[in-house]
Amino acid sequence: MAMGATLFYRRLASPLHATRATVAAMWVCALIAATLLSESPLVLGTLLIGVLGAGAGAGLGRELARRLRTVTIVAIPIVLVNVLVYHEGLTVFARLGDLGPFGQGDLTVEALVYGAVIALEVGLLMLVTTLASLAIDPDELLTVFRRHSFRSALTASLATRMIGVLSADSQRLAEAQRTRPGGGATGARARVRLLSAMVGSSLDRSMDVAATLELRGFAAGPRTRRRAQRRPFSRHDRAFALSAVAVFALALLGRLAGAAPFDPYPLLRMPISAATFVLCLGLPVAALLPFVDRRGIEF
Amino acid sequence: MAFSQVTYTYPESSAAALRGVTLELEQGELCLLAGRSGQGKSTLLRAACGLVPHFHGGTFAGSVSVAGMDTREHPPAQLGAHVGVLQGDAETQLVMSSVRAELALAMESRGHGATAVARAVEEVALALGIDHLLERSTHELSGGEKQRVALGAALVGRPRVVLLDEPTSQLDPVAGDELIGLLRRLNQEWDTTILLSEHRLERCLSAADRVIALDAGEVVHDGSPSSFLGFAAEHETSLQTPGAKLFALAGITPPPVGVKQARAFLRRDGLLPEEPDPFADQVASAQVRKGGDAIDASTSGAQHDARARGRFTRRARGEANAASALALRGVWCEIPRGPAILRGVDLQVAPGERVALMGRNGAGKSTLLRHAAGLLVPTRGKIERAGRVALLLQNPGDYFLHERVRDELSPEALKRAGLDALAERNPRDLSGGERQRLALAIVADGEETPAVVALDEPTRGMDREAKAQLAAELHRRAEQGQAVIVATHDPEFAASCAQRAILLADGRIIADGPVADLLTGGWYFATETARILGGASGALLPADGAELLCAIAAERVSRPEGADAQPARTMGQALSSQHGTPNQSQETPELLIHAAGETHT
Repeated sequence: MAMGATLFYRRLASPLHATRATVAAMWVCALIAATLLSESPLVLGTLLIGVLGAGAGAGLGRELARRLRTVTIVAIPIVLVNVLVYHEGLTVFARLGDLGPFGQGDLTVEALVYGAVIALEVGLLMLVTTLASLAIDPDELLTVFRRHSFRSALTASLATRMIGVLSADSQRLAEAQRTRPGGGATGARARVRLLSAMVGSSLDRSMDVAATLELRGFAAGPRTRRRAQRRPFSRHDRAFALSAVAVFALALLGRLAGAAPFDPYPLLRMPISAATFVLCLGLPVAALLPFVDRRGIEF
Repeated sequence: MAFSQVTYTYPESSAAALRGVTLELEQGELCLLAGRSGQGKSTLLRAACGLVPHFHGGTFAGSVSVAGMDTREHPPAQLGAHVGVLQGDAETQLVMSSVRAELALAMESRGHGATAVARAVEEVALALGIDHLLERSTHELSGGEKQRVALGAALVGRPRVVLLDEPTSQLDPVAGDELIGLLRRLNQEWDTTILLSEHRLERCLSAADRVIALDAGEVVHDGSPSSFLGFAAEHETSLQTPGAKLFALAGITPPPVGVKQARAFLRRDGLLPEEPDPFADQVASAQVRKGGDAIDASTSGAQHDARARGRFTRRARGEANAASALALRGVWCEIPRGPAILRGVDLQVAPGERVALMGRNGAGKSTLLRHAAGLLVPTRGKIERAGRVALLLQNPGDYFLHERVRDELSPEALKRAGLDALAERNPRDLSGGERQRLALAIVADGEETPAVVALDEPTRGMDREAKAQLAAELHRRAEQGQAVIVATHDPEFAASCAQRAILLADGRIIADGPVADLLTGGWYFATETARILGGASGALLPADGAELLCAIAAERVSRPEGADAQPARTMGQALSSQHGTPNQSQETPELLIHAAGETHT
């Protein structure tokens, strides 16, 4: 029984979940593109607020908050490495002397800030992909690809499902070991045994699934290529499609127009103009607007 | 479907799983496969859908023809267009992430158009009552829901033949009865041929047209349900239904194939006991509450029973308060942003007490046991344990980490569990009952004797013999002072192993009392004996029921002629007039009663 946060896609009552998978994927791609097109920490910061807000709007705030912890763990080494490796800034805040392969150990504020910006960018990408994996139905998304390669899409779909099944199996096995007297054996050997039991259980599971697929006609030979079932665009489909276009267009125009310039070296330079404000405000608003309309989100 | 001289041996096995099986199934038959565990039922079903030999390999002789196709020439993928299969573990039969995709898969694989697929998915979902699950993820379904979705996936292409391997094993009594009813409807309305393997025969025998019994891979009986019961009484008593056993012990023939027939036989013979008034219980309980023990001596029998039950409960609670093996006080389990699984559960279990935990799928039984064992921590409330709580989870295979039984347990513990003879075997090759015993020994036979032994749905896939052994083992542990809590969907098992039953619904305890109270008088949470006898005298098991029937017969014999407007016939007279002169009915009632008394009093 899943007592904690959601680990895999689960249909929740939210505008993002109510949106068709292709449109939701498009919206996610727009957020990724906006992240990659932006360099300014101001813009990235407001995008972060937008993504976290979207997570909350999709009922996945707890999951994204949990992922933020992982992001922090990833971000710290990125910042540290950048500070240690890049010495291009002019504002030195610590002199560590000769650091061998890293050269002269002058740590600069510019490298520190740029490291943080890179970490913010990586973190944003992690959060957006987490949101996508939790809010977009993989089966529905893969249906699109079935027209081109049924078996590849089905295999991908199966893999998605099996991750959940095998994870549940592992949890069950671990739980069973906890019910042994003394909480079960500990130590490396016991872990190897448990791992081996898990692998054995996975193989058994795979055999059963293979038998089921056989009976369901997976190997039935040529099949007709079916068109994806037509279904009218809902208000949420339209809203997220518009949002995706707006986010992408804003990010692209902002980049082309240099609306939010950011130059870390040799001295930090981040001129702020009205265009910067428009971009900082426009991106999260465009991303979050579809969440306002909560009609028809139940299932 | 036709089997002709089919003999099959699994790879790396020396013994044949099927031996010279020859049988034919007509279109529209609902046929039940009976037999103890490991006698070839599942293998026969696999042979009928082509998995044997195409998928499993091994040595195959003879031929199987399904819907005009020889299974040797057509692989399961082709046969699957005509044969729907539901295997024992629903979890392994769900391969997609969402229910809708799962139901659509089989038809999409065979190239049906989008409209046909959409219609079929919608129809099968409506027929099985799972339309509300269509957008749900398969991994968040409950066991019962998974079973229904897997059945839907098997039925979506409207196959001519449906094969089911213990489809009710994970279902609560209500869902199990609904499933059997649904199969009967499919069979009657769509002329679908159904071959169904099941251990709890009492659930589906009355719906079956025919019963095939297997023993060591051979067909040992093929005939009507009533002839099967005759066969079981003579050759394999572990296959008798509780109703048939009740009649056999009371010396009544022929054995009934269901509750309705059993009641009709008893009514005709004037042996149907008067059913207790279900409301008398409430009146009496109210009196107990108002007036304590000061109830008028002229109270009815039912009221006396209720008073006795009140005493039982008070005594039980008093004892539990004094020294509980386990006490849950106001325990809540609330999922963040999800429902509450347990809602303020108060429960006390005394040392040596045997408790059956019952309720529908998703009522909170497993969660309660997990809290009791400390695997989960309550979000509110308190749990007190007198010692270790040994919890045996649903899948005994999860406990096995080694290749040999002897590596799982010490030699002494193996001997205590009576498994020393199996020391060299691989735990995964043991029978269902043996696996359960080994897993129970692993969790409960450590250096520290547990104060509580808790088992979560331990009888899944077990035959009656294995269940009886497990019940005996639980009695033994209770006699040693260990409290026993069993979460089960099986009322027969609950009646045989527990003295107290608790009914959970929606995370709350809605009823708690002696099994004789809780498992009588209901439609679903009642044993077959109780349903046949209408809950009279709290008879739950065939032996108690037979005693009651003999007592009724004796009373009728001793009643003076003309005392009744319609003089009751004796059991012997009734039987001889109704069924000619069957063996046992030629005996006098006194002899019958004596025979029953010798066996069961």
